[in-house]
Amino acid sequence: MKTIDLFEETSLALLANKARSSLTILGIVIGIGSVTAMIAIGQGAKNNIGSSIQSLGSNLVLVSPGMQRTPGAQVSQRRGSAQTLTKEDADAISQKLSLVKAVAPDLSSRYQVTAKGTNSNTSVVGTTADYPTIRNITMADGNFITDQNVRSLSKIAVLGPTARDDLFGVDSNPIGQSIRIKNIDFKIVGVATAKGGNGFSNQDDMIFVPISTAQQFLAGNDRVSTISVQAIDQASMTQMQQDITDLLLSRHNITNSALADFSTMNQTDIIATASSVTNTFTALLGSVAAISLLVGGIGIMNMMLTTVKERTREIGLRKAIGAKKRDISRQFLIEAIMLTFLGGIFGVILGWLIALIIRQFASIAATVSLSSVILAFGVSAAIGIIFGYYPARSASRLNPIEALRYE
Amino acid sequence: MIECRQITKIYQSGAGDTAALKDVSFDIKDGEFVAIIGPSGSGKSTLMHILGALDTPTSGQYFLDGRDVSKLSDDELADIRKNKIGFVFQSFNLLPRATVLRNVMLPLVYADVPKEQREAQAKVALKNAGLDGSHFHHLSNQLSGGQMQRVAIARALVNNPSLILADEPTGNLDTKTGEIVLETFRRLNQEHNHTIILITHEHDVAEHADRIIHIRDGHIIADAKNGKRHEIIDKI
Ligand SMILES: Nc1ncnc2c1ncn2[C@@H]1O[C@H](COP(=O)(O)OP(=O)(O)O)[C@@H](O)[C@H]1O
Ligand SMILES: [Mg+2]
Repeated sequence: MKTIDLFEETSLALLANKARSSLTILGIVIGIGSVTAMIAIGQGAKNNIGSSIQSLGSNLVLVSPGMQRTPGAQVSQRRGSAQTLTKEDADAISQKLSLVKAVAPDLSSRYQVTAKGTNSNTSVVGTTADYPTIRNITMADGNFITDQNVRSLSKIAVLGPTARDDLFGVDSNPIGQSIRIKNIDFKIVGVATAKGGNGFSNQDDMIFVPISTAQQFLAGNDRVSTISVQAIDQASMTQMQQDITDLLLSRHNITNSALADFSTMNQTDIIATASSVTNTFTALLGSVAAISLLVGGIGIMNMMLTTVKERTREIGLRKAIGAKKRDISRQFLIEAIMLTFLGGIFGVILGWLIALIIRQFASIAATVSLSSVILAFGVSAAIGIIFGYYPARSASRLNPIEALRYE
Repeated sequence: MIECRQITKIYQSGAGDTAALKDVSFDIKDGEFVAIIGPSGSGKSTLMHILGALDTPTSGQYFLDGRDVSKLSDDELADIRKNKIGFVFQSFNLLPRATVLRNVMLPLVYADVPKEQREAQAKVALKNAGLDGSHFHHLSNQLSGGQMQRVAIARALVNNPSLILADEPTGNLDTKTGEIVLETFRRLNQEHNHTIILITHEHDVAEHADRIIHIRDGHIIADAKNGKRHEIIDKI
């Protein structure tokens, strides 16, 4: 029997029972559709987190005061309230370490900020002129804080776009106006460009002031809450992180690194931690979806067994006119594979639609990748083979005489 | 050319062994029109299954066109059925949701006849079986019983088999349409020289054949040709 004839026989058989075929396919459509969608959502969430971490800046090591953290510890753990880092630590890192490209200390805290009758609870970041380079911040209007501003404790501020929207209205130009933080007036000199970052830290809802001003007038001490250090390249990250640790340990007179009063974290660690969370999440969603796929597969097997039973006489006839065992088993196997493959096609379409909807409404960059499409087809064909094998084999083993007599 | 040598068929079942055929020997030449007659349970269907290569005998030999088919494997039997045998069943066994043409072309699909030739070959077979072109594209379940059986005959003919086997082909038909079907067999035998074996328990059906083999309890008790076959019919 030729392959093309096999396919013709199969399609005619499936078309003869359109309603049943489509209902059976539906099980696979839902299964493949949900697996595809879940993978897309998981990937999307991972990419989102990845890009929002990347938007912090590149080749970045963050030094925070407080307990040493190990990779795998919670990313969202609150920055140490211990105040063990100083601007001098930041200067030392900048001057003494050769792998360092730029350093920006910051002192961040939330304050109630007011401007002309509006007010907002916003993160106020005291920092230096290098901060925009390190943290990938660009200016929409005006200028960022300069070294001169830091030296002279200028009472100036740069607004993040969200902070600007909240205080002065969407897309307004507040340069030259002032805001009030802790009863001190700050003159606005610039507005940063929106990063559109979503996820765990919104970098648009911030107000930047010179670090010296923040220490002197807002915090009332000379500590810093983070030192952002940028390496000269990605390859130097690990070494630079080690160098920072060694330098700060010696500056703080600590010999046992387990007792360090600061912690360093590089982007790779953060991404790895976040990825492991999203991977677990994806695996969990995926396995729930896989169960529905399994149920779909059982549906296929059930339909195929019914079909074989109903068509017993037909099988007997086919054998009487010369069909061999393998002609019969192939016919029914291909029927099952065709069902699951069709289910796979519609399932991928369904998954893609779900991903599209999620992208529209949940702002997760869910995308159906080529590899997950290939996977979906592979899996659906495999399900056809696995769940079609037994019915096909029992069809091929029917005795033609008994099959012809079957009522 | 059919040669049966001491064919015995024993069915084994829980209740014990049943000998459905006991030491049956006979020959049928090409172009013969033979009826095998006997009461229910005499072993007619068993014999037809062996002659049709659907089953093999417990002992004895069956030569079809010189080849011993009594000890072949399932796949080899399938090849014999595909190339040398055409079946006509009491209950037609057409594919219900397929057209007349498709039903008749089905054996050609398994015989690997090129697609282009199938339709022409099927149309010839349908004409020979006495069905006119207006029915070719009807679904087989829209036909009358007599038409269905002629489609089944066309399906049996389509691959030019050495042997056409019909098991009670008129069993589901009224006398008049049965008569038409039997006339079809006669014409196929006379005009196209097809070898036909007709299995029946009715003597008016058997009368249409040139030769009658009478079987009872798994034995051949009479075998007569032409004029002499009335001796058998009279005895029944
Ligand atoms: N598959 C089978 N298993 C056991 N006994 C069978 C089987 N088929 C037929 N027989 C027995 O063999 C004998 C002949 O049956 P069969 O060839 O069907 O006769 P007929 O077609 O002349 O009515 C009967 O006694 C029947 O019960
Ligand atoms: Mg019988």
